[in-house]
Amino acid sequence: MSAEIRRQTSRPKRPGGPVASGKRSADSGRSAPARNLDVARLSAHHRLMWRIRAFEQQALQALADKLVLGAIHPSIGQEAVAAGVCSNLEREDILLSTHRGHGHTLAKGADPLAMMRELFGREGGNCGGKGGSMHIADFGVGMLGANGVVGANIVIAAGAAHAIKLKREPNVVCCIFGDGAINRGPFLEGLNWAKVFGLPVLFVCEDNGFAATTRTKAMTAGEGPSARARSMGLPAVEIDGNDVLAVDAAAREMIEAVREGGGPRFLHVHTYRLTGHTGADPATYRPQEEVEERWRDDPIGQAEALLQAAGVEALDAAREDALAEMKQVYDVARDTPFPPVAQAYADVQDVGDPRREAF
Amino acid sequence: MAVLSYAEASRTAIAEEMRRDAAVWAVGEDLGRGGVFGQYKGLVEEFGPERISDAPISEACIMGAAVGAAMMGTRPIVEMRFSDFALCAVDELVNQAAKARYMFGGQTRVPMVVREPIGMWRSSAAQHSQSLEAWYAHIPGLVVVCPSTPADNKGLMKAAIRCDDPVVYMEHKNLWALDGEVPDGDDVLVPFGEARLVREGRDLTIVSWSAQVHACTTAAEALARNDIDAEVLDLRTLWPWDKARVLASVQRTGRLLVVQEAVSVAGFGAEIAATVAEHLHKALKAPVKRLGAPRIPISYAPPLEDTVRVTEAMVAAAAQALVRS
Repeated sequence: MSAEIRRQTSRPKRPGGPVASGKRSADSGRSAPARNLDVARLSAHHRLMWRIRAFEQQALQALADKLVLGAIHPSIGQEAVAAGVCSNLEREDILLSTHRGHGHTLAKGADPLAMMRELFGREGGNCGGKGGSMHIADFGVGMLGANGVVGANIVIAAGAAHAIKLKREPNVVCCIFGDGAINRGPFLEGLNWAKVFGLPVLFVCEDNGFAATTRTKAMTAGEGPSARARSMGLPAVEIDGNDVLAVDAAAREMIEAVREGGGPRFLHVHTYRLTGHTGADPATYRPQEEVEERWRDDPIGQAEALLQAAGVEALDAAREDALAEMKQVYDVARDTPFPPVAQAYADVQDVGDPRREAF
Repeated sequence: MAVLSYAEASRTAIAEEMRRDAAVWAVGEDLGRGGVFGQYKGLVEEFGPERISDAPISEACIMGAAVGAAMMGTRPIVEMRFSDFALCAVDELVNQAAKARYMFGGQTRVPMVVREPIGMWRSSAAQHSQSLEAWYAHIPGLVVVCPSTPADNKGLMKAAIRCDDPVVYMEHKNLWALDGEVPDGDDVLVPFGEARLVREGRDLTIVSWSAQVHACTTAAEALARNDIDAEVLDLRTLWPWDKARVLASVQRTGRLLVVQEAVSVAGFGAEIAATVAEHLHKALKAPVKRLGAPRIPISYAPPLEDTVRVTEAMVAAAAQALVRS
């Protein structure tokens, strides 16, 4: 599925092309279907969003079944960001993600079985079971890691882009972080750095309204993410992050500009976390009516409405395929052994290797 | 052999390694003007401003960007200016650089050298004088280097740049101008984890590192005039540290004196003393002894600053007390 998206993104730039291009307003794609709707592309997004959701539903089930032991941070309701942004990245492009990174990682092309094994702490996990959900990385697809520290990925992304510039490589870096991250120092330091050195990086602020379990607005001075980015000279765009076509179009335009040497860009997407902060958080800090109301903005539902209006049939297949795929992933991960204990001592360091001297 | 200063020695090492490997680059505040201590003088003229890169006063981003750049196949040398300022970048060093290889299951390496000048230096007071090497020795994933001579500052710097692990490289600010003979040769590296035998002796073992090695050496010469034959070991690196050499020496002498500039409480000297006590209890002719700073911040006023300084006289007196006890 992601391969299909990638094939499409590798097509030459199509000015005025078929995907709601140029539309970045919050209501783009929500009204009657645009005449130039790219059904194939939207279908691919739809399937990818279902794969992300099904993966996380299985992960939450696994948490209840005590197969996932540490904290997981679901992105249910935020899938359009992962699908819309990552479908515009090439395999060689670099992605840095957050503690809420399952969707981003899958969308970048990581293998869901390796991811589920990682969540279960099993052999064959992306990180050999040593990282878990918050440290998922797949360097083979350019995914340089989720991060357990809010905002820490911003400066690392700046450095990854710095290396690309030093090596004169054509790739770009995409760094996704939440709205809570903008109140940490590395946000300012990383954006400033990227601008000063003219680096190929797209910053994506995935704004779900909550900094952990506190409303971000209550703890944030000024006009917020985009205003802060603009104050440092980064072109910034603010869009509805639950509209996958809007995200796709905005991300494509910005990634192209970054790739062409235009320096860093800033994409601010508004979305909503439909689950708790972690799999164990009942989210009692917000009224249930608010959550029910926001389910009406569910990005998958929006995509389905558009596809239905365009006459696409068999929408259920995307969901059923995704659920079957991730159920299989769950079953195989559950039956995979834990890593050998000796792995606890591996990959610490070459010099002063704890396999020789750990005390 | 050429006579170089401590600062020239590491600068020469960087220049040689940058000529040898195009992936090596340095980034930090004021590097284009040679660095705050002149330790990058002349390098921008040879290598250009991309490879000897200035940076904003953004320690967290200097360190964090180096982590990202190292994971992408370059080999950054990071300048923190003063080890005290590196505390603005502790997340990037401790949670990111030190752990990326491990928590990503070996998918990446983070080959970076973090230069953190340490130590007391001309009334620099509490935020420009600290010796925090023990903090980093405590962190799995990091290598900790504390050179005391120009020769080591070249050979250890070259080894650090070629190392695939993140290396915390702590030069002592008071040693920049110290001259010494430095071996020529592009491939003269000093291996990590091998202590330097500064002086052989049979009556006690003095273990030190960084600038305090020189106080210990002078003290040992004074002790020799009093018929006390002190062995002096310069650890050179704190992780890994040359446990075998220290244990063998103390086994022979039966006495251990650890000398450090850092605060003694929970300092690296405690690790050495504890290790010797664990392994050599029966060989000890006297209790192990540590000398270090009291657990107070470092003052500006010279008489107050001096209260935290371990002097040659203190080393000699402690050694004498151990031997004559």
